[in-house]
Amino acid sequence: MKKILLSIAVAFGLSGGAAYAAGDAGHIENIPFSFDGPFGSFDQNQLQRGLQVYTEVCAACHGLRQVAFRTLADEGGPHYSEDQVKAYAANYDVYDPELDDTRPAVPADKFPANTAVGAPDLSLMAKARAGFHGPSGLGINQLLYGIGGPEYIVAILTGYTGEEKTQAGVTLYENTAFPGGWISMAPPLADEQLEYADGHQNDVHHMSEDVAAFLMWAAEPKMMARKWLGFVSLFFLGLLAVLLYLTNKKIWAPIKRKEKAA
Amino acid sequence: MAGIPHDHYEPKTGIEKWVHKRLPVVGLLYDTLMIPTPKNLNWMWIWGIILTFCLALQIVTGIVLVMHYTPHVDLAFDSVEHIMRNVNGGWALRYMHANGASLFFIAVYAHIFRGLYYGSYKAPREITWIVGMLIYLLMMATGFLGYVLPWGQMSFWGATVITGLFGAIPGIGEILQTWLLGGPSVDNATLNRFFSLHYLLPFVIAGLVIVHIWAFHTTGNNNPTGVEVRRTSKADAEKDTVPFWPYFVIKDLFALVVILAIFMAVVGFMPNYLGHPDNYIEANPLVTPAHIVPEWYYLPFYAILRAITFDVLFLDAKFLGVLAMFGSIAVMALAPWTDTSSVRSGRYRPSFKWWFWVLALDFMVLMWCGSQPAEGLIPTISLIGAIYWFAYFLVILPLLGVLEKPLPQPETIEADFDAHYPPKDAKASAAE
Repeated sequence: MKKILLSIAVAFGLSGGAAYAAGDAGHIENIPFSFDGPFGSFDQNQLQRGLQVYTEVCAACHGLRQVAFRTLADEGGPHYSEDQVKAYAANYDVYDPELDDTRPAVPADKFPANTAVGAPDLSLMAKARAGFHGPSGLGINQLLYGIGGPEYIVAILTGYTGEEKTQAGVTLYENTAFPGGWISMAPPLADEQLEYADGHQNDVHHMSEDVAAFLMWAAEPKMMARKWLGFVSLFFLGLLAVLLYLTNKKIWAPIKRKEKAA
Repeated sequence: MAGIPHDHYEPKTGIEKWVHKRLPVVGLLYDTLMIPTPKNLNWMWIWGIILTFCLALQIVTGIVLVMHYTPHVDLAFDSVEHIMRNVNGGWALRYMHANGASLFFIAVYAHIFRGLYYGSYKAPREITWIVGMLIYLLMMATGFLGYVLPWGQMSFWGATVITGLFGAIPGIGEILQTWLLGGPSVDNATLNRFFSLHYLLPFVIAGLVIVHIWAFHTTGNNNPTGVEVRRTSKADAEKDTVPFWPYFVIKDLFALVVILAIFMAVVGFMPNYLGHPDNYIEANPLVTPAHIVPEWYYLPFYAILRAITFDVLFLDAKFLGVLAMFGSIAVMALAPWTDTSSVRSGRYRPSFKWWFWVLALDFMVLMWCGSQPAEGLIPTISLIGAIYWFAYFLVILPLLGVLEKPLPQPETIEADFDAHYPPKDAKASAAE
């Protein structure tokens, strides 16, 4: 019977990830991010670098409308001081319906949406794309490497071949990671395009990883609390399971004639 | 309660007698909790408790989520993000609710296949089975309605595809679809009615769960031998059974806690594994996702729906697919009457076992087919899978009852139990 139970569990486990239809996405490499796995956590310095990339590059076209400035001070996240957050927020203008006008943002505001050129909002981008599929739609790769949203972002940012073409008046850039192979976003990053405050390497690959990590935090700011919940639940449920196992064994012993002779 | 003879609740103190005369609720609880239960139940009999827990979990987390959710096309997606980011513990509630649906379906499939293997659907438990099938249908409806509420891309396009199925019904289809959607396409009216029904149906399920339990408490549980508990006397019945409390309450709680540990590991470490990334993109009626895929628990039936790719006479393929999909559940509900074997448990049916496991495999293959784009070999494999599904219930089960030579069954549940756990005197005499 255990065998049946196990085989059902395994079969469901395997087929679970099958919900992901195999896309015709390009090649995406697994990247060992600091937040991978149950024990992983965000790297505060990397998130701060990622925010810098977002601010100086991505924000020109993309918005981050679900993220509140105040969360930049969150522990486990970028963890800026309150004064730093205030100063950072003031760089943005947000629309205030009470004034019927724009004013400098305060920490309670969210990053403004940016629909200027029709670029997608990045708040949830790291959860809205899958880097890994299969094999054969079985979902095993996602079990092993995660869903791969941040990896997808890195692959897009580093996947430009330099080829471009014009189609119906729109310039498209060849990208090895983008489904279909041609993307309308011009290559946004160039080596040494910006100087990191912490002097970290600023080639395209490093900047891409940093901004992908930042966007993962932006999409899942409660990740650390979530993993902590996982561990606490496992600990207490494990303890309870042991107690219930022993209780069950004891009450069934006389029925199963397993108790020691009196 | 009719059925297995056992001790009933006897009010002792004055106040107990006073209450019992007016409302025998304590007696009802006592008899429910102390119900004689076959003592040979194995670990596949835990799923009922898991399912009851899932229903409670979904209702409790759902009620709190509703306090923060806004059912409006312009606000729904953002209100879910508000829950994820600003509501205290909101992310935990939402991840538990979303993954709770998956646990609910894992448990219900294990529970259904348990019933199919051990012949739990057979007389006198047909009503338990039918009510169970109704619960399962309502679960599918509730899960589908709930998946629309976050108003992501897959919510929107899933709703479009599934309500489109009703549009395939000849004649009244289009009117029916418009009536279901509250307009010509999935829009605010759809979201509002789906929200309303998603809140309503779980309570209908809860009512049916009570009927389900009432029915099998009347007939008594099935058990792995399929042999009935002796009802000749209370003494005989007591040799085959133990009271539900504490023996099965503790056993079921142990199983529940183990399953919950796995569940919380999924919630804590990979809460989006069973979801679809596209649902983190806000619904957009102008952009169709590359592949519209339902949640994993619908995939086998989605595969059957897509398996029919040809018109028959004046009926078009789409409508036939819809018929096949609903039919595949209807034939399962008919199992009590199409299974002609006098032996209940698959344990004593040497050929049945093979056909059963092929059905389980068929279910997995169909699930995989449902997840794949309908191209290449997929429609053909789906069609073969669908044909086997129907043949199992409509041809194989009726024939097996006639053709198969069953193995000898134990005389009583006690005899089966004693074979696993020999009595002391038997052990002693064997040692001599």
